[in-house]
Amino acid sequence: MQPKTIIEKIWEKHTVLSEQGKPDLLYIDLHMVHEVTSPQAFEGLRLTDRKVRRPDLTFATMDHNVPTDNRTSIKDAIARKQMETLSNNCNEFGIEIADLDSPDNGIVHVIGPELGLTQPGKTIVCGDSHTSTHGAFGALAFGIGTSEVEHVLATQTIWQSKPKTMEVKVNGRLAPGVTAKDIILAVIAKYGVDFGTGYVLEYTGEAIRGLTMEERMTICNMSIEAGARAGLISPDQVTVDYLKGREKVPSGEEFDKKASEWLALSTDEGAQYDAVVEIDSEEIEPMVTWGTNPSQGVGIHGTVPSPEDAENEAGRKAIQQSLDYMDLKPGTKMTDISIEHVFIGSCTNSRLSDLRAAAEIAKGRKVAEGVRAMVVPGSQKVKIAAEKEGLDKIFIEAGFDWRESGCSMCLSMNPDFVPEGERCASTSNRNFEGRQGKGARTHLVSPAMAAAAAISGKFVDVRKLEEPSVTQ
Amino acid sequence: MEPLVKHEGNTAVLPRVNVDTDQIIPKQFLKRVERSGFGQFLFFDWRFLANGKDNPDFELNQDSAENATILIADHNFGCGSSREHAPWALQDYGFRVIIAPSFADIFYNNCFKNGILPIRLQEEKVYELMENGKDKVYNLTVDLENQKIADKDGFEASFTIDSYWKEMLLNGWDEISLTLQYENKITEYEDKVTL
Ligand code: SF4
Repeated sequence: MQPKTIIEKIWEKHTVLSEQGKPDLLYIDLHMVHEVTSPQAFEGLRLTDRKVRRPDLTFATMDHNVPTDNRTSIKDAIARKQMETLSNNCNEFGIEIADLDSPDNGIVHVIGPELGLTQPGKTIVCGDSHTSTHGAFGALAFGIGTSEVEHVLATQTIWQSKPKTMEVKVNGRLAPGVTAKDIILAVIAKYGVDFGTGYVLEYTGEAIRGLTMEERMTICNMSIEAGARAGLISPDQVTVDYLKGREKVPSGEEFDKKASEWLALSTDEGAQYDAVVEIDSEEIEPMVTWGTNPSQGVGIHGTVPSPEDAENEAGRKAIQQSLDYMDLKPGTKMTDISIEHVFIGSCTNSRLSDLRAAAEIAKGRKVAEGVRAMVVPGSQKVKIAAEKEGLDKIFIEAGFDWRESGCSMCLSMNPDFVPEGERCASTSNRNFEGRQGKGARTHLVSPAMAAAAAISGKFVDVRKLEEPSVTQ
Repeated sequence: MEPLVKHEGNTAVLPRVNVDTDQIIPKQFLKRVERSGFGQFLFFDWRFLANGKDNPDFELNQDSAENATILIADHNFGCGSSREHAPWALQDYGFRVIIAPSFADIFYNNCFKNGILPIRLQEEKVYELMENGKDKVYNLTVDLENQKIADKDGFEASFTIDSYWKEMLLNGWDEISLTLQYENKITEYEDKVTL
């Protein structure tokens, strides 16, 4: 039999219809819904008198608008209306929802895996571009628009042209102090913000195999920042171990059967991809972005580039545009850039291990004067687990703000934002203009690097941070 | 959906690369539960100054771009978030055609569902159009049926498009109705695979 990639295997298994001159009609195994991109889709169903075909394969949560201080009284009337609309829609159409008072509530891409809804081999969609996160489990997961949300609700299928496949190989072992976030930022810095357009990426290589599930999610999460519709990692024992015992995963013999099916999905030895890119782990340093798209990043010991470094006019324009917005000069050392805000959170880096990494740096140290630092767990479960370990205390003692879960300052739809002209070290995934607030300047980093920036008031190499001066 | 067969209109030129959907429609406007009325917020942070007045430097605020229905954009247009509010805003503002050397995937798909025709065209051709349309009123005809773009002074280019999307736009079809014609196939699939 011809060796196949996991992408092809999942595709073939889910094709309902494949006709000349049309995209394929794919069956969807899991549809996640949130409050921002769904109201118009439900409204569309009502207007056409349609039903949700498989409420049992649909799961909803609210995350984008959720306030992180007081969840019980939502002051923003329009935000409140959007969340109420989702609850009502779920009631009307019989969809399970993790609303604000549910212990399962959290960012859609954090709770899917947490509950075990996310499983290898599934096709997963959500009206959110970071749905690629779920690819960490060897699922084919991608973001869709609201019309497509309506289409999936009504038909449980989606029309998709078969994507090309690309292997993203991360060779060698990661140096200490270098994280999954640094890998993905380095890959995008190396190959550009649209190298993945039209492709589904599969991350492979020794460095990827050595990652935990939470780290793999960080990598797959940012596939969309390379323009790719999806990114995934073939399942292995690490995947199976993570899923065992989760709420929505079968148990006992049924689980063992599933597990062997999952493992068989992995890309076959000798399977061909349409394209291959590579990076060596040794090349990767803790990364910081300087610009307004995620590919505009360098290692912590690098400097802000000059428009003259670009190969063509478009490149020069892109750099200049970013420097103007970020108020940075070419040649500035990254370690000379100071910050006023730190945000640790988002579906990229808000899981327990992320918070642990940040807490390890925060422990026994103090947030620098003039810096406002905020930690927002990805879900209520993450929050409770972190509090059990005392991470909240470490953060609070160091001067961080410890919050309720949600998307928060990743896109600042809730009341959390960075004021105009101020700078933020953020563990989120997008440094776009205005993303964290109008005129806000975002630098993307890993959780450890963000915590180190909070302590130092500027970007520093987390590996060279001085010993804590505060004794505990 | 309103069909699009042939469209004639004025152009607006936006020579910026990697224009993301956060820019097209900033997040503070995503809280509405309706589909309409987003045009007033299109490119909000670029279009308006802090005092709420029009930003005179922004491309769409130029006299030559007034009443434009065709947007000429640069590489990787529509990258970032999957928010369909981006095509809703563009459409509500008046755009029916967007021409660029490349688009982000999700945005590209979202356009078709809202009666907007996104055209991928060779970079040189796009830059030629940008030159032609710079600082003056510039009229183009887009013929979807024959997959051609032309102006009155002899510019001509042809483009490719998936026949599926083409049919959809030409006829103004609703995709869900189309899919439901295959409902028996979906049921067959469901019977075969237990989930
Ligand atoms: S955390 Fe940010 S990127 Fe993730 S789902 Fe929320 S808004 Fe989107």
